[in-house]
Parts: sequence; structure tokens; C-alpha cells
Amino acid sequence: MSSLLGKRLDDLVQRDRVHRALYTDPEIFELELKRIFAHAWLLIGHESQVRAPGDFVTTRMAREPVIMVRHADGGVRVLINRCPHRGALVCPEERGQARFFQCGYHGWTFATDGTLKHVPMSGSYDRDPCGGELRLQPLPRVALYGGFVFASLAATGPDLREFLGHMRTSFDDMVDRAPGGEIEVAGGVFKHAYEGNWKLVLENHNDTYHPAFVHASSIHAAKEQGEAATTGAGEIAIRQMRQNGVPAEAWERLGLWVADHGHSFMGDYHDDAKLVAGLNSPEFAEYRAALERRVGRGRADAILSVSRFNTIIYPNCSFMSQFRQLRIVHPIAVDRTAVYTYSFRLKGAPEKMFRDTVAFANVVNGTGSPVLTDDLELYGRVQRGLAAQGNDWVYLGRGVGGDVQDRDGTRRGATGTSEIHVRNQFAAWVRYMTAES
Amino acid sequence: MSAAANLDLRAIEAFLFHEAQLLDERRFAAWLDLYTADATYWVPLERDQANPHETSSLIFDDRRLMEARVRQFSHPRHHSQTPPSRTCHLIGNVALKEQAADGALVVGSRLIVVEFRAERQRLFAGRCEHRLITVPDGYKIAAKRIDLINSEAVLDGISLLF
Repeated sequence: MSSLLGKRLDDLVQRDRVHRALYTDPEIFELELKRIFAHAWLLIGHESQVRAPGDFVTTRMAREPVIMVRHADGGVRVLINRCPHRGALVCPEERGQARFFQCGYHGWTFATDGTLKHVPMSGSYDRDPCGGELRLQPLPRVALYGGFVFASLAATGPDLREFLGHMRTSFDDMVDRAPGGEIEVAGGVFKHAYEGNWKLVLENHNDTYHPAFVHASSIHAAKEQGEAATTGAGEIAIRQMRQNGVPAEAWERLGLWVADHGHSFMGDYHDDAKLVAGLNSPEFAEYRAALERRVGRGRADAILSVSRFNTIIYPNCSFMSQFRQLRIVHPIAVDRTAVYTYSFRLKGAPEKMFRDTVAFANVVNGTGSPVLTDDLELYGRVQRGLAAQGNDWVYLGRGVGGDVQDRDGTRRGATGTSEIHVRNQFAAWVRYMTAES
Repeated sequence: MSAAANLDLRAIEAFLFHEAQLLDERRFAAWLDLYTADATYWVPLERDQANPHETSSLIFDDRRLMEARVRQFSHPRHHSQTPPSRTCHLIGNVALKEQAADGALVVGSRLIVVEFRAERQRLFAGRCEHRLITVPDGYKIAAKRIDLINSEAVLDGISLLF
């Protein structure tokens, strides 16, 4: 045991600072997997990824390999991807369609709800292996909200609605915008990684203090790019890169709210009408009409006036409801993190709108994005810098003491660039890490 | 293969090697000059990806975004290129696949890129397709597509050109 773990974990998180060990100590990381990632609700995916019975995708919950599959009864199941016999991954494929899962090692065969259906040469066992406890283990708890599939490795804890709290309204924002009443995963999955702790990306997504500095080069490159006579494939990216260069006052004015369990969301900072749902474009008029046909003009106005950028569901999810982007954070090691990113198509919206979603995904979540690559580099620099022993503390004092109680159980940062969301994540961290279990 | 086509292939190879050299020497403005005014530069995300509009791409740049990307390379706070990547582009298996109806030459090749940056070395490999337009002093690239064999893998940030 490291000497740090001899200290009280809650001493490592103070009013305006946290100990660097929270980012660098491998033992603390292992403890996080047990106490945070094995207790919280984790986002697994979206039910549109598994439409028909037998459709499956494989992913992971922190270190746990899992299968999300649509069972014959129409329900979505999340199963641990591990054979109860000798432990092999049963499903090595990333996605597909299966009537059953068969382990490659000795042919044990499982139904899509995980029950063991067939064991070859089973006469050599003293009792029938089928029908008992040998099975693909289902997650203790699985629940859906707005089509988003969450699972928890813990049998007890707050239910999903309570866990999400007011953040449910961000998922609502994402789904409500669909004229067809639902959304679906489409357009490919980026999987980017960085040499840093898993918390760094969650701390960055609602950090409005960084764009002017981290993204200085892409802001400059895009601002210097003249206007084009016609708008091409790069237009969305250039506009988004420019948008990151809004003045400091605009960032300060933004709303930034936090809630229980470490969650947070920020207001939207876009003033470029071509980025915000393609306003002023012919497709937008068509889209708006489709939405109004379904929900009426007043409701459509209300839906389209919601103005949020990132929402973070601690500890593994960050999404942009208005821009139909979602990321799932996978902690790999104390200094290694992978982030899978997904785009969503609004059912019933004009096809052209999804093209803009794809272009937006490329610039905000793309592994080769001129914007994202600079974020990833900075996460790595933080990780390397925190190896220094000369200063054990990370300073999180921005806006401290200025938090304001707000509606719906939220608290709002003194300004849009407050570090309230980071302090709030660490408050949740302490609760998870010191809970009796 | 006719003598003329053979000659073309040698000239095409020399052109592709020249492009690779410009990238290795980080002469990005000169690299950009190899491309037409309406060029596209595409690194698909998915294997056999049908188009860059319905599915995301590791990189999908039109000419304007290529220009912005090249401008970013010279900015002192392009963090993911501080320090800059050192690269070695190796082109092989060059073949003229077809001559399109508009006269463009569709050229296939294989590419290996070794990148060294910030104490790490990475290896990329894939298949390239260049769409070349014949101009008085040689060729211009109207479109380039690079299909990396590991495009769907978990990848650290990519801030180099292939």
C-alpha cells in the first residue's frame, strides 16, 4: 500500500485544491475502479445500436468487457463478456447479429439473455451445467433513459432517474429535437486516446477558460481563412474553430451549472447561426416545419430555445445535446484513457442536417481534428507535469466561494469560467471513494 | 504496358515521391501547391467507407480546411506539433488504376509513415488513392484518399499529414 493511501482519502480533496496523487497514483486508480466505476451508473450506449433481437455491440465498463444485446423479448441486456467456464471472452466481435453466443474455447453456448443453453460432451459433468448459475453474467442493474442504456456493476444505489437528476433535461434536449421523436446512433465511432488520467477529459469539457489558449492555433488558422464564395465540406469545421475564439467576456457570461453526483452542464456559446442547428438554411426551415407538425409551434419554439453545450454525467459520459455528440470515457490505466465518441441522427429531420452533424463530429471529436489534437496534447502535458514532486497540489480556486444556489437542485458558478464543475466532480469523488460498502 | 504508359508511371511515381518528400521536410505550403483549388484530402474512419458525408472521417478536408490546417502548422502554439512530428513517408506499389472519363489519372499506392514526436514513435500504414490532373508542368492532385489499416483502432491524436 502506498503511503498516500495511509492518509484519509478525503484529506486529498480540499476546498480549492486536490492532491496530485488523484491523477498519478496507480493504487488510487485501482480503488477508483472499485469504488467509483463499479458503483456509479455508467453509460453503455444507445438502444438504436441494437435494434433487432440478436443485435449486439461489445464495449467495456472501465475494465469490464461487456456485451449489449437485444434479447428475443425485446429488452436490452448487458452481459459480462466472459465465459463462466474458463474465462474467455465469449464474443470477440465489436458488433453484429447473433442468435446465440458461442465460446470459441469449448463451444459453450449462451442465449442472448446470457443463459447457458448447451455444453458439448456434458456427460462428463456430475450434473447438467445448464439451467444453474453458470451463465453470461448480467449486470446487476440496467436502465434506460431516452433510449440511452446505462448499467451499474452494483446491485444497490440510487436509481437511474435519481442519479441523473436535472441532467435528464439534457438528454430530453437531445431527443426532443427529433421531429420523429427519437434519435439513433449513426456516422461512425471515433476512438481517441491520450496519455493521461480519465478525469482530465471530464474536467476539460466544461472548462471554458482553456479555448483561447489551447486552441489558439486553430482559432488563428480559421480566422485568417477568408470567406468562400460557396460553402464546402470544411465550412462547419472552420466556423467551429473560429467560434472557439469568442472574447473572454462571452465565456465569463456563460452559465455553468453543477448538480449532485458530480454532473454539470454549460450554456451554449455559439453565436454563429450556421452552427446552431443550421439556422437560416433551407434545411432548417424544412426541419422546423417537421418538428412543428409533430409538437406544435409553441412546443417547437421551447425545444429550439434550449441553449446548452456540454453536459457531463460523472464519471463516464459527456455529451452535446444540441449538436448530437456523445463521448464515453474509458479509464485504461492511471495515465491512459480512451474516449469513444458517437454522433446521433434526428429521426424525421432532413438528410442534409446529418451531414452537418458528421462535419461537426470531425472537428470536435475527430482523432485528426485541428482542435481536439491540441486538447489531447495538453492532457498529456498535465499528466507529465503532475509527476513533479515539488508541489503536491492542483489548484482549483477559480470562482471559489462564488457559487450560487439555482433552480432544480443545481448550483451555478460565479462566472462561466469558474472551476465549480471540477470541484463538484471531486466532491462526488470523495463520496464514492469514502462510502461504506 | 505500352512505352508511353510506362513513362507515365515513372513520372507519376516521381510526383508521389516528391509529395512525400515535401511532407517529410515540413514544406507544407509547397505541399499545398500540389493540390487543385477544389481538392479534397480524405482519411476515412471506417474500412471501405462509401463517402465522407454520412460517416465521420479521421480527416476530411476541402481546400479551405487544408489551407487552415497548413496555417495551423506554423502557429507557435499548435501544441500537438510542439515539438513537431518528424516523419518518414515511404510510398510503394504504385499503379495506374484507371484513367477517368474526365482524363484524371486514378493512381493507387501503398504508404508507410513512421512518426517520431515527443519521445514516441508510431507506425502508420495504408492504401492511398490519388486522383491526378495533368497540367503543363506535370500533375496536380484533385483528391487524395488514405485508408489506414488501423483507422478504426483506438488512436492517439493525429496531427500529421499522410
